[in-house]
Order: sequence, then structure tokens, then C-alpha cells
Amino acid sequence: MVINHSHARTPPKHRHYPEVKFIMESATADFEFVLNGITVREHAVAPQTTLLDYIRNRGLTGAKEGCAEGECGACAVLLLKSASGNTSTYQSINSCLVPLPAVSGCEIVTVEALAESGKLCDVQREMAQRGGSQCGYCTPGFVVSMFAEQLRADGRPVDPHNLGGNLCRCTGYRPIRDAVEALGAPPDTPLRRRLDQPAPTLLPVHYESAEGKFWRPCSLADCLELADDDSRFVAGNTDLGVMTNLRHQRFRHLVSLEGIPELRVFEDGPDHVEIGVGLTLTEIGERWLHAPDVFREWLCLFASPLIRNRATLGGNLATASPIGDSAPLLLALDAELVVASRAGDRTVPLNGFFHGYRQTLLAPGEIIRSIRIPKPLPEFARFYKVAKRRVDDISTIAACIAIGADGSARIAFGGVAAVPSRVMDAESAIAAGDIRTAKDILRRTLHPMSDHRGSAEYRLAMACSLVDKFFWERGQSK
Amino acid sequence: MIAHESAHLHVTGEALYTDDLVQRYPGILHAWPVTAPHAHARVLSLDVAPALLEPGVVATLTAADVPGEGNSGANRHDEPLFPDEVTHHSQAVAWVLAESLESARLGAARVAVEYEPLAPVLTIEDAIAQQSFHSGPFQIRRGDAATALSESPHRIAGQLFIGGQEHFYLETQCAISRLDETGDMIVDSSTQHPTETQEIVARALGIARNRVTVQCLRMGGAFGGKEVQANPWAAIAALGTWKTKRPVRVRLPRHLDIALTGKRHPFLAKFEAGFDNEGILRGVDLQLYSDGGWSLDLSDPVLWRALFHCDNAYLIPTLNASGWVCKTHKTSQTAFRGFGGPQGMIVIEDILDRIARSLGLPPHLVRERNFYREGDTTHYGMPVKDVGRITRIWNELKQSSDFDTRLTAVRAFNAASPHTKRGIAITPAKFGISFTATFFNQAGALVLMYRDGSVQVNHGGTEMGQGLNTKIRQIAAKSLGVPLESVRTMPTRTDKVPNTSPTAASAGTDLNGAAVLDACRQIQARLVPVAAELLGCDPANVRFDNGRVWNGDLGNIEIAKVLDAAYRNRIPLFARGYYRTPDIHFDPKTATGKPFHYFAYGAAVCEVEVDGFTGEHRTLRADLLQDVGDSFSPLVDLGQVEGGFMQGVGWLTVEELLWDSQGRVATSGASTYKLPSWPEMPEVFRVDFLQRATEPGVVFGSKAVGEPPFMLAFAVREALRAAVAAFAPDGKPAAPVVLDSPATPERIYWALERARS
Repeated sequence: MVINHSHARTPPKHRHYPEVKFIMESATADFEFVLNGITVREHAVAPQTTLLDYIRNRGLTGAKEGCAEGECGACAVLLLKSASGNTSTYQSINSCLVPLPAVSGCEIVTVEALAESGKLCDVQREMAQRGGSQCGYCTPGFVVSMFAEQLRADGRPVDPHNLGGNLCRCTGYRPIRDAVEALGAPPDTPLRRRLDQPAPTLLPVHYESAEGKFWRPCSLADCLELADDDSRFVAGNTDLGVMTNLRHQRFRHLVSLEGIPELRVFEDGPDHVEIGVGLTLTEIGERWLHAPDVFREWLCLFASPLIRNRATLGGNLATASPIGDSAPLLLALDAELVVASRAGDRTVPLNGFFHGYRQTLLAPGEIIRSIRIPKPLPEFARFYKVAKRRVDDISTIAACIAIGADGSARIAFGGVAAVPSRVMDAESAIAAGDIRTAKDILRRTLHPMSDHRGSAEYRLAMACSLVDKFFWERGQSK
Repeated sequence: MIAHESAHLHVTGEALYTDDLVQRYPGILHAWPVTAPHAHARVLSLDVAPALLEPGVVATLTAADVPGEGNSGANRHDEPLFPDEVTHHSQAVAWVLAESLESARLGAARVAVEYEPLAPVLTIEDAIAQQSFHSGPFQIRRGDAATALSESPHRIAGQLFIGGQEHFYLETQCAISRLDETGDMIVDSSTQHPTETQEIVARALGIARNRVTVQCLRMGGAFGGKEVQANPWAAIAALGTWKTKRPVRVRLPRHLDIALTGKRHPFLAKFEAGFDNEGILRGVDLQLYSDGGWSLDLSDPVLWRALFHCDNAYLIPTLNASGWVCKTHKTSQTAFRGFGGPQGMIVIEDILDRIARSLGLPPHLVRERNFYREGDTTHYGMPVKDVGRITRIWNELKQSSDFDTRLTAVRAFNAASPHTKRGIAITPAKFGISFTATFFNQAGALVLMYRDGSVQVNHGGTEMGQGLNTKIRQIAAKSLGVPLESVRTMPTRTDKVPNTSPTAASAGTDLNGAAVLDACRQIQARLVPVAAELLGCDPANVRFDNGRVWNGDLGNIEIAKVLDAAYRNRIPLFARGYYRTPDIHFDPKTATGKPFHYFAYGAAVCEVEVDGFTGEHRTLRADLLQDVGDSFSPLVDLGQVEGGFMQGVGWLTVEELLWDSQGRVATSGASTYKLPSWPEMPEVFRVDFLQRATEPGVVFGSKAVGEPPFMLAFAVREALRAAVAAFAPDGKPAAPVVLDSPATPERIYWALERARS
């Protein structure tokens, strides 16, 4: 078990945290988690050690490093996550992007454990028989993702798109698609039965080694208290992990937001939809039952399923990438952010939140607590992402255009400036359906740059063309 | 159908690749390179001492640590392992060995290097302007093209830029070296060419080749990228082990792999074609410039193969084709599935579409009018063997894909759809099989039978996912008459079969399978008299089948009994097999000969839909028909056809390989260099093999299948050009559809903007 035995805490009801209610006990030098059913205790591991390197060093070499940036899925393993109704699910995640202490108190299953009692599981059998492997290097990752999908579908039709975070260079995917579509209801095995129980509750972690610290507070108050100037907030680590692996940045003090209940709220209320920043993209998709079409379109285009199983909206906004996928959508939905600090909460509109390349209005010690999307939701909205590849690519340009029931319009872009932003000057023209004026304004206002994703000329052409496309599609939808 | 020989190990994660061995060697050292921040520079000074101050660093490697020759260039010796002059960005100038990868990296960062930056050559155009060539011109001429062009009723001239391609084998380059129990060198390497890796390691250490053993367990993909480019990493590891006496691991993480290793050659083609009113070619003048990068590598044979394939399936009555390998300060471009063939073939496909649209003829009609016919020879003087298959495949595929009906349907769709247009195209492919370096067309095998009827098969080929060992196992089992399960294919090792050829040129099964077959037949021939005696029958009646030996259809005994009896009669139960491809030759001076044993044919029909707002597209349907001879491993062959096609689709559409103005690979990771993923797969995907296609003289009548299907992807590109053309007023563009490769959304968008105006 996790060493830092704190008591379960009720989230504070009020929105001020003037006092420190809980100071974590002294740091510990070890932590535990469950790996293929066996509890392992680790110590003296550098906090940036990835789950992938760790399991491979233990001889579990089925998971491979294909890219070290969460793009290929060769490193996929299963993370047990709680689901509704006191059950749980297996989520396929990129182990190359998980700092080992983040799985403290969690249950991890690797490909080596899927053949229960020495018998190939359904996925393994179908993949082997149908030619789903050639070189075999991506195969363990595919098997893991397919296993999760079989259990998720639970006898209903599988969704091959849930394997979109796994790349294969050999097969061309057809046999893998056939293998996943051949899966039936999952057989009753110990791994399946495990899902009848919830995943372990995340408890606080206060791990330190010579190389750095990894803290996981389990209340917002603790989190705000613990954060200092050196600390970096982290949830799914899908962005910081890339900086760790590829740019070799070393974060001496990571503060995980994964265990904070206050950041995991979801409320589809009469005035707004409130989305806690600690929810993964996958969880948001599951909880927002009445999400508008534009959200569903957007969600499918947001990174890959493996990333969506870990990444959060808070991280995507706080990292302030000019090409982050969530900002254009949320700007067009006129979202606002609830920002928490020791001084209390404040609400800031997303429009204006980004004030420079990779810069936000967040002050030191502040975190985004939730995102509020006001209601009524737009009457018609579309999200567009133009990229070299249709899914799991970084946008050359992204745009979201929304028209409200009151006839007002909002248009927001990513990839055309140092920050994602609305082009408010063009909105009245769009509201009036004056496409030509709207495009003239875009041409005057936007100054995209050229890079390996596309030329400035193309980006500008697309900004205008997507307005045409929006109106064309709106016309078709009527 | 027989599954991949390692399928069970793949799906359970038990299949071992080189880097999975790390934990088996306690005390292993990890290597990290000191990389140059320039594409071209002189190394003025190199001080590795500070690296040793980093905790965990054990040693450094520089030119001073090389007892032999510090150069991994296989032919021209032009690849210094520790260069005085940096010739591509991120080139390693020294290496650091440490207890952990982190320490090695931090140590490398402390190495002090002074550089004098020099002007780099970074594009084909710059190389042409500066006459910076590794080699060339190579020329193939037929007839008087200049006169034919000048007398042609119509002429077009143009150029085509053809982008390169990153291999993106999922397993990056890796080698692990250690001293064996006799103090000599053993290297586990992810290499397509263990013999050459052995040679380069021995050369670097300055020792005889018999003191170096190279083993390749299997590769997590290679596609040509490990044909020669596995060698330097093995050499570095071996040098590290030689110096420290400890095991050393060199594994390139993805970004280093992309920054340091070669890719498919980008090409620039300049052409002029003359043709008649029917669209039939009269003559072609063609110049091919390949971007070879910093060293020669395999660029010469790649360029030759491009020149051999610039006809694809078409008769070019007069041709003047020349090629140059440009020397640039970029990664050293190398073998990649197709080996120049795709770059040669795409040009003639591009030309024929331009001809068709300039005459207002359907492109498929112009293509078939130009097909080779019975009695034709290629531009290098080789008869087009089985030429009838071109037309047969074409007609069968047009019928099975419902081409004509769908062409009409596409036209109807386009007439009704202003912003989304569809295109459908059919393209052929003819690909020559054999190494054009004739001496490579040989193979050896060592087959060991044990008295219990179990078999070990060793051969010179390597398994990279293509299913070679699956086929080898089938060949051995069938020819020895034992069950598949009795045959174990061994990891490829240079101490089992020496002086092997690379597993490349689609020839792995043709060559190694034939050598294995030779060995198995020898063993069986020795067993026949023994079995005849045991069965009390005429040797002519002895038949081996599935682990039992029969007297015709009468009595039978276990093969183990025969083997035991043979052993007691002092008959050897092992044999070496050997094969050389007969009757191939080529004279580069006259550019004539018969460089290929045979041709593999195929064709594809693809239908795409292009979004006129953005230039994005989807592939609605692909129908492929490939000539694989008599397929004896259909699951493997199907996988090669589908996978090769999709890799071709990637090369022609999503995979855009870019360098920045400093000579860095700008698309240096999976987030910037995009492989095809699920949605790039055609929504309807049908693959068939040509029936009644026995290839005499090849093992079990089969045909090579690794590379040929790659070129079927041209149908996607040509369908895209058809869709682009459909955006023109009345679907008739004023000018040919010029579309450089790859066809990214941006390129398609600009092309359709040109078509619209």
C-alpha cells in the first residue's frame, strides 16, 4: 500500500482555502503498486523513470519503446480505472509517458498477463490466426488495446477507432481490424472478473528520491498548499512526458492532480456545463451524455484514444500550445475557467486567457479547477482540424465556428498565431452570413507562419476556406 | 492458413528483439553519441575528458580507440565513424559509454567540440548547381530519343519532385556486443545483413572475421533501413566492448534514429515525352537526380533500379535516361522497399496522366495503349518475360473491381457535388526480381536433423516480419516430410552460414528457400535407401509425409526410426544447401543484359474522395491484384501485399519527410512524421492473387512478394490527380495536374486551386 496513509477527506464545501487543513506527512522513499496481480514496492527510483523502462527492466519486455512520445502505442499497458456503479475498466495507456510514482496504488496489467492459465486470450488468438502480426513489434501494444476494447464493448460491437493510438508499419491494419471485429463477449476470466470491483482509491503520495520529488495530494487545499515555485502540476503527463523523454527536461518536483476529487467534478446543469480539469478526455466523453455533435467530432480528433485515456483539458489549456486542440472549441463555446489558489477561486474567460506564446493568465500557485461552458449551447457549431493525417495528428490549423440560438457567432482558431484565439472582428459578419466580409477580415487579421506542418499561405487559405465549408455544411444540414 | 512462425510469441510479448536482451548482460554499458550541431563543419578540436567527470560514465570512444579501420562504409569506405569533417546534421563525432543511458547522455553533453561551420549543400537543386554528385551520370539509351521527340506530333515537358520516406521500422537501430567465452566478439544486431555487419565489426577491430559472430534474432521491421545502416551501431558497440571488456548496448531512440540514419531517396525527375494522337509514346528523355545524402551507401544500385524501372509496364520505343546521385549534407539515403523502383515508375505514371489529360483521353486508356506486348524487350534489352500477364491482370482487375461502372458513377457523383470530388484510377506495376549486383544472388543453408525427427534450419536470411522463416519452415517441413512443428528455424548467425547476402530485394525466400530445399533434398536422398530397407520396398516407392515414411500407400514407419537407422549406418543427418540464381547478368557499361530472374506483376484500382475546401482526402476503395506465383503461404503473401500497398500509400500521401534550412530533419519524430493509421486504410480493401501463375524455377513455383505491391499505391496518387482534375470547369483542366509527391492536403489544395482557375 501507499505509505502515506492519509484519511479520506471530504472536499471542502466552500470555495476558500485560507487555512492549511492538512500537511502531508514526511516524505517517503518507497511506494507500491500492483503489477500483473503482484504487489511490487519500489524505492530509490528517479521519479522521471517511466513505467515502460521500469517494466522492461523487470524483464517484462513485451511493451516496446517505439517513439517515446505517446504516438505509436507500442508501449501500451493496461491501467485499471474506476467506472460507474462500483466497477472498473481497463484503459490502454502509453507507459512511456507515465512517471513510475504516478501508478502508486494503481493496478497495471501488461501483455504478459493476458494469456491466463497459459491459454491465449481471444485477442491473441485472433491476431495470431489472422495475420495480425508481421514483425511483431507493435503487436503487444495492439493486443493490450484490443483487450481493453473487448472488455469495454462487452459483447456490443467493438469500435476499431479505439485502436487509433496504435501504429503498425507492416500490416496495413486490415487483419488487425478483422481480428478486433471478430471478438465476441469477453470470457469469464479472473481479469474480467476484476472489473466487477472498483479500482483502488488514489491515496496521497509524497515520494522523494535523490533525483526529485513526486507528490500526489488528495485534496485541493493540500495541493494548493504543497505547490511551490519549483513544482510543476501534472495530470496525465502526456505533455511533460514528451519533454522528459525527448527534450530531456528534468522536473525536480511534480505535483500530481490525479488524486484530487474537487478536480473531477462533472455537472451538466441548467446554466452551464462544468468540467473538472482532472477528468481525462475519455472520462469527459463518457460523462457528457448529452454533449453536442461538435464536441463528439472534436473528441475523436483530439490526439488518440491512448492519450485521451490520460490527458486532461486542464493540461491542454495550461500548456497553452498554439496548436492545442481544445482551445478553439472552448473559445467558440465561450467557456470560462474557474481558477483556484490559496486566496480562493476566481473566474476568468478563456477568451484572453492566453496572452503570449505558451503563456497564460495563471499566476504562480494557481491552477485551473474547472471549465464552464455556458448554456444554451450553440445552435450550430463545427470543429475543423486540418492536418496531414486524418486522426492523431497535430493540426496545421484548427477552427471552431459556432452560431448561437440568438444569432450571434463566434469563430476561433488554433495554429494561425502564437496563441489560440477568437477573431471577434469577423464574428458579426459571420453572424450576418456575410462570408466575403468575414474572409476579408480573416485575411487582414491573421498572420500565420510557415513550418513543417504547412505554409503560411495554406493556413490563411484554410482559415477562409473553413468559413466557406462551415456555411456550406450549415446549408446542407437545413 | 499457416500463421506467422512467431505469431504466438508476438501476441504474448515473448518474441525477443535485440534490445530485449539488455537485462541478460549484467554490467552492460549504454552508449550515447556526441552529435554535431551543424550539417557541414570541420571538427577543430574534440575534448572528451569532461565526459568522464559525469558520474556513471565509464569510457569515451574516439578515433584513438579504433584498432582497425574506423569507417563503416561498405564499398567506398566513405563513412568515418569518428569524422574530422561533419557531413550531416547531428552526425556522431564521439560516443560516451556509461552505466546508464542518462549518465551517457549527460556525459556526452559535457564533451567539448569546436567546429568551423562550412557551407552545406541541402537540396537536389543546390547539388545540381554546384555539381555535387557521388556518381553519375548512369545512362540507359534505346534508339534515338532526340529525333523521335522532335518528330512527335505532341510533346510535353515537366518535372516532378518525389519526396523521400522514413523507414520508421517500429524497432529502432540496436546492437548489443559482448565478449564471448573465448574472448572474441559476439554482436546481437538488428541487421538485414549479418555478414556485412560482421565484416564491418571485424574491420573496425582489426581482427579476422572468424573472431566475430553476429546474430540477428529477428527485427521489428527493417524495410531496407537495416540493410547497411545497422553496421555503424554494431561497430560502435563492438569498439566499446573491445575497450572496456564489458557488454555495450547501442540503441538509437526514435529521434536519433531519424536524425542519423538514411531514408528512401528523394528524387527530382526532369522529363520530356513525345507521343502521337492516340497517346502512344514515341520517345522519352529523362533525367533522374537522387538525393544520396552524405555518403554513397547503396545509392548507385538504387539509382540503377530507378532507371531499370522508368518503363514500368510500358514500351518506351526510344529513351534517353540518365541518372545522378547528388551528394548533399543530409542523412545517407539508403535501401527502402522498392529500392529506387518506385521513384522510377512514378515518373512514367505521371507522364502518362499528363499525356492523357492533354489529349482529353481517359488515363486508363492511354496506359493500356502503351503496355508492353509479346516480343517486346525492355530499354535494357531484356525480354519482358510473361508479358501477357500485364494485360491479363489489367483486364481481370477491371472486371472484378467493376471499373467501368464505377468510373461512370464517379463522373455522376462529381457532376452533382460541387465541393467534394471523387477520382478513380487503375495503374499497373511490373517489378524486376533479383539483386542487380549479380553476386548477391546466392544463398546458403545448414539443415540439421536429429534422430527424433526434429529439425533445425539455419540459413542466411533474416526475419524482419516478412514471414521468411514461416516460409522456410514450410519448405523444410514439406521437403523433409515432417510436421511443421518439428522444424525450428534458428536465429540468423554468421557462424552457421558464412558469406551470406542481405535479406533484401524481395529475394529472401527465392534464395534462402532454395538453399534450404537443396539441403533437405540431400538429406532425404540419403534417407531413401535406409527407409527402403526398413520398409522392404523399392526405393522409388519411398515417400515422406508428415513425420512418417511410407512404402507407397502401403506400410509406414516413424521417420525417427529411419533417422536412427541412418545414424547407426553412419549416414550424416545434416547438410549444407546452396543456391545461385541462374542466367542473370548485366553490363553497366552498355547498360544491357538480363539483370532480373523474372518480373512480378500487379495492378490496383483505387477510388478516393477529395475535400475541395481543404485538400484532405479519404480512400474509399482499393482493389489489388498481384502476381505472387503459386502462393504456398497465402497469409504471409496477403500480408505483404496489403502492408506493402499501405506503405506505398504512406509514401505518396501522408508521409512528408522534411529538412529545415539548417539541414536538420524537421520531421524527426512520430508527432511530426506521420505514418498511415487506421483511417488511411481503404474503407473497402480487396486483395486477390493472380491465379494459374506458377513461376517455374522458383521454390514451389512461388514469386517474390516483398516489394512489388508497394508500387500498387500509385493508383491512389493517380486517383487523387483524377479527383483534382474533376474540380476544373467541366472536369477538364486547362493544364496537366502537376502534383509533387507526397500528395499532402496542402499540395492537393493548391493543385485543385490551379485546376479550378
